[in-house]
Amino acid sequence: MTTPALEVTHLKKRFGGLPATKDVSLTVMPGERRLIIGPNGAGKTTLFNLITGDLTADAGSVRLFGQELIGMATQRRVHLGLARTYQILTLFPRERLIHNVVLSLLGLDKRRWNPWSVLSANRDLYTNAQESLERVGLGDSAERVVVETSYGERRRLELAMALAQRPKVLLLDEPLAGLSQAERQTVRALLDAIPRDVTIVMIEHDMDTALGFAERITLLHYGEVIVEGTRAEVVADPRTREVYLGD
Amino acid sequence: MTRNTVVALAVCAAILLVLPWIIGNEFYVNMASQVLIYALFALSINMMLGYGGMVSLGHAGYLGIAGYACILAVTAGYDQLTAAVFAVALSTLFAAFFGVLSLRAPGLGFIMITLALGQIVWGVAYRANDLTGGDNGIRHPARPMPFGFDIRDAPSFYYFTLAVFVIALFCIWRFSRSPFGASLMGTRDQPRRMRMLGHNVWLVRLLTFVMAGFWASVASVLYVYYNLFLSPHAISLQQSAEILLMAILGGASTLTGPIVGAAIITLVKNVVSTYVERWNTLLGLIFVVVIMFMPYGLVPGCVQLWRRLSRARSRKPASEAAP
Repeated sequence: MTTPALEVTHLKKRFGGLPATKDVSLTVMPGERRLIIGPNGAGKTTLFNLITGDLTADAGSVRLFGQELIGMATQRRVHLGLARTYQILTLFPRERLIHNVVLSLLGLDKRRWNPWSVLSANRDLYTNAQESLERVGLGDSAERVVVETSYGERRRLELAMALAQRPKVLLLDEPLAGLSQAERQTVRALLDAIPRDVTIVMIEHDMDTALGFAERITLLHYGEVIVEGTRAEVVADPRTREVYLGD
Repeated sequence: MTRNTVVALAVCAAILLVLPWIIGNEFYVNMASQVLIYALFALSINMMLGYGGMVSLGHAGYLGIAGYACILAVTAGYDQLTAAVFAVALSTLFAAFFGVLSLRAPGLGFIMITLALGQIVWGVAYRANDLTGGDNGIRHPARPMPFGFDIRDAPSFYYFTLAVFVIALFCIWRFSRSPFGASLMGTRDQPRRMRMLGHNVWLVRLLTFVMAGFWASVASVLYVYYNLFLSPHAISLQQSAEILLMAILGGASTLTGPIVGAAIITLVKNVVSTYVERWNTLLGLIFVVVIMFMPYGLVPGCVQLWRRLSRARSRKPASEAAP
């Protein structure tokens, strides 16, 4: 049996008296596209934060290709091949787009410790970053500053920064949020173009775009997995209609 | 580098080199040395403040540790070079220790811990009479003879200070443009994101803390050579605050800002104070005015002003040409 790319078992997290993640278990196989849905406050982003280490879990286990992540610092998890994008844009607003991607590349590069060499002299980093920007259609905007770009472009920059690291498992937190219909199509096409050696777990509310993307869907509600299965199974399940899709 | 920066650099270098001849007066040559020493202090604190977003109120602690260590080592009979290396190494080691302690707390807590650590150094210096001479301070026996050069008179001490300063400035300039510097600025703006990109935010901050401590220690040894005397008054909270204000006044996160800030504050304190009795008020006034009109400090403020003026100038002929 192949090792799952991501295996979450009995994960728990409370904020004071409020259980944000009650008891979540899910298994994502390598190359899979998994969609996580659920009403607001279902604990979707909390789940991501627990997987990345932004939040410390109270109990449970998170394994990345069999390796336990709990107790490991966030940056070490990233070095093992984990990457994510944020629902609320988390970029370096006063920097050029290319610098944003270079910072992403530096994160996995030993040169990040070098206080002597001149960063801009490391041409390979910039070539690499430029390629990542071109991949999301921002090749011509590399020299622009983030604050001068549109919201849609920033969403794509988030994606470029995550993809530049060549992650094994990519967590996408509402990559389509706030985008126009045309931009959604663009980003959807970008997501479709990501090779299958990257496993993707995505939180998304836009069912029209996201449903076609995911093979399997997990429905979270009050910090628990309510339904899990293939696209057809989950959509057909009466509980999905009840808590999420509405009548 | 653009041609303008090269020209500006060359002009600055030329001025700094012939400065003792221009000034002539020994008092003012010494003042220039002092400006350079404080500029190095301000540059070092700016590595943390400007690039790392870490506000420290304990920077004078390094003056205490490195300064007393240097004096005591020379007094104990070690040669000057050994004493200087020992002083800087010891003080840098303390920087690592202080860094580990301070970085336990973010934001305001960080400031308070650095403040407390600085005050502990001050308190020890004040109380440890046998070692530090307590309130009376202790004298440094003599200035060293680096490579056989006599640096006892004002101009040669100025050149010695300038040489050390230029080396430090070059290193800090490289630092600010390095991959490490870029990572540090990233941790200042988006620590959470930096972690998620694989950066060890804590270690980046700690290493910056140590590097800032190292250059502050170097400045401390220069300070001791210049004054040939150290007392707890020199390492009080006021000293830490002044170093911090130099960086803020000139413009943190720029390389030249702390130097400008150090020059202004040192000159107002030492030169203007002979003519203006209420020089403290004047200093306060300068602060208020700068912060009101140039909240990011003098250097960024002036650059912005310059851009606006030159843009207005280039627009004028165009509008005149229009019908």
